[in-house]
Amino acid sequence: MYVAVKGGEAAITNAHRLLADRRRGDRTLPSITIEQVAEQLGLAVDRVMAEASLHDRSLAALAVRQSRGDLIEAIFLLRAYRTTLPRFGSSVPLDTATMQVERRVSATYKDLPGGQLLGPTFDYTHRLLDPSLLADEAVDEPASREAGGEEVMRVSDILAHEGLIEPDGDLPQDHEAGDLTREPMEFPMGRDLRLQALARGDEGFLLALGYSTQRGYGRNHPFVGEIRIGEVEVEMDIPELGFAVSLGRIRVTECQMVNQFKGSSKAPPQFTRGYGLVFGQSERKAMSMSLVDRALRAEELGEDITAPAQDEEFVISHSDNVQATGFVEHLKLPHYVDFQAELAMVRRMRADIEAARNGETEMKDAAE
Amino acid sequence: MATNTEAFSGGFSNPVFESQSIFRMLMDGMARPGTVRDVEHDAGQPEPLGQAAGAIALTLCDHDTPVWLSAGYAKSSVADWIGFHSGAPMTREKAEARFAFVEAGAALSSFGLFSAGTQEYPDRSTTLVIEVAGLDEGQSFTLSGPGILQTRSVEISGLPEAFLRLWADNRPLFPRGIDVILTAGRRFICLPRTTRITA
Amino acid sequence: MDLAAHTVPDTETSGRRRCAGLLAGSTLIELHSAWDALTDKPETKPVRGPETGLVMVRGRIGGGGSPFNLGEATVTRATIALASGTIGHAQALGTDKKKVRLAAIFDALWQEETTRDAVERTLLSPVEMRIATQDKARAEETAATRVDFFTMVRGDD
Repeated sequence: MYVAVKGGEAAITNAHRLLADRRRGDRTLPSITIEQVAEQLGLAVDRVMAEASLHDRSLAALAVRQSRGDLIEAIFLLRAYRTTLPRFGSSVPLDTATMQVERRVSATYKDLPGGQLLGPTFDYTHRLLDPSLLADEAVDEPASREAGGEEVMRVSDILAHEGLIEPDGDLPQDHEAGDLTREPMEFPMGRDLRLQALARGDEGFLLALGYSTQRGYGRNHPFVGEIRIGEVEVEMDIPELGFAVSLGRIRVTECQMVNQFKGSSKAPPQFTRGYGLVFGQSERKAMSMSLVDRALRAEELGEDITAPAQDEEFVISHSDNVQATGFVEHLKLPHYVDFQAELAMVRRMRADIEAARNGETEMKDAAE
Repeated sequence: MATNTEAFSGGFSNPVFESQSIFRMLMDGMARPGTVRDVEHDAGQPEPLGQAAGAIALTLCDHDTPVWLSAGYAKSSVADWIGFHSGAPMTREKAEARFAFVEAGAALSSFGLFSAGTQEYPDRSTTLVIEVAGLDEGQSFTLSGPGILQTRSVEISGLPEAFLRLWADNRPLFPRGIDVILTAGRRFICLPRTTRITA
Repeated sequence: MDLAAHTVPDTETSGRRRCAGLLAGSTLIELHSAWDALTDKPETKPVRGPETGLVMVRGRIGGGGSPFNLGEATVTRATIALASGTIGHAQALGTDKKKVRLAAIFDALWQEETTRDAVERTLLSPVEMRIATQDKARAEETAATRVDFFTMVRGDD
């Protein structure tokens, strides 16, 4: 029997009121401001921007606060917000070579033009909890030293001189960059669409997949050619002006992974590359992205597809955490009717088995 | 570069509410084909674009909807005006256009070059906004189909000559096919692809 | 940002580009104080916006290859007209409508012969200086984290 029911309005209203109360927490403590979230939990804000695929530090900070620090919930909020805005256009592609660099390291060359710039990194910290942060002690101003003004050359350009590394990925001249927010996804997809999907993909999922390639599931012999973090100019063509102007700057993280490659029937032995580019400061994400980008090029480079990280449909279809959480979490919503139907079916199957068994017994009795 | 001031003039004074109100009219108009809607909002569109057509352009067009204009519109400041206020790119290719605006009296030879959508995505078709002389008097037509109880009669003056023949060719494509909005000054009627028209 | 453009730009386009870039990089406080410094506050008429939307930010595959869509960013734009008919446009990342409306006014004032110098003096030059100072400080903080390798023991004895 099917009975439509309604109800729960009061429960829902009160649940949301309770949520607001728990979010605020102890009223004797000062309330946290959006500026404080943006400044002091900046990397959480960066992650929300990257995976929401929307660069706006203030709105991302608001989302973090509103979601009580549940970052996937915050990403969901920001994604929902972006759907309310019209799109004015596309930017001129970012030029990461002209980045105002805040960190730049290479694992392949020790002495490279521009140097190894550690920047604000967790690397080489001892990973010991710091009691001084409990007491809110004053923090020293950063050290500074004359900047040489030396060009921070791309590592891929250094290797390119010898012809031992493949060039930057070029798609056919007339190829228009695909946009998965506008066109439904179809497999196989171009590298441009894959990178868009990976750039907004879940950091944990991509990290695990990148790790799996290192452990032998689609091994691709990676070296960090270069990681750079810093601000780049965003420029857009303004039809009213007839030329491109700067809209301001955003911080991005770029990773150039360099992969040794033995060669195949499709490509000669050389260094191949995986690419990662992410909003904000997030080198774990950029590195994972570049590992997975390289793994997903298996088909293009004539490698055997044997591992999950090389399976485009598997990786891209499951990398979006808003989609994933929607489908997993919907299981908690009312399925009363479905379940009643299942229950009826299991009862019927049981009854059929019982009936068959009784029938057998009767036949046996009869035979005896 | 848009230098003429006509392109920069006009626009909705309250874009959210005005475009919502026009959108509602369009939705109701599509649901009730042939019912005449009256646009009160003045979008300040340049000549020769009509008031209804101007408001519809600002409501429906955006960065993702290439727009095709008939020759008369294309040589006026209509292109710059739509581009500036809605962000829509102009296209010369009928098949790329999501919206096409046709000025009053322009000859229509075929709908075939406009996009009829695909079997998987019939919504990716072109919507034609055609200006006619009037929607209150003129030749009488009988409409039938979804959204119409039995029949509805409409009076249209200045409908392009070949329209009925072209429309008859459009119907069998269903679910593909183009949709039409006829505008006359501040009034408009919608003719979705499912509507049958007889003279 | 083109920090070398301290001198008067040689073409109108590069001048306008520099002006638009500096207006986008200015803060609401800087715009306000430049506005307060204006002796004749101009009459302005809104033409479009201020309105907030999105720009799809593109990157390049491998850093220099074909473009791909990285993700969107919020952008706010405004267009105003002065009484003289001069049109000012402004656009900047973020959602600050007040800032962008003021920036559009200064874009229009910059185009007028009589007010260009004042815009330059009260707004563009100070903003350019502030950005250059910040960039220099940042670069110096980063330079302090540069690794200076030195050899402990040579292995080729």
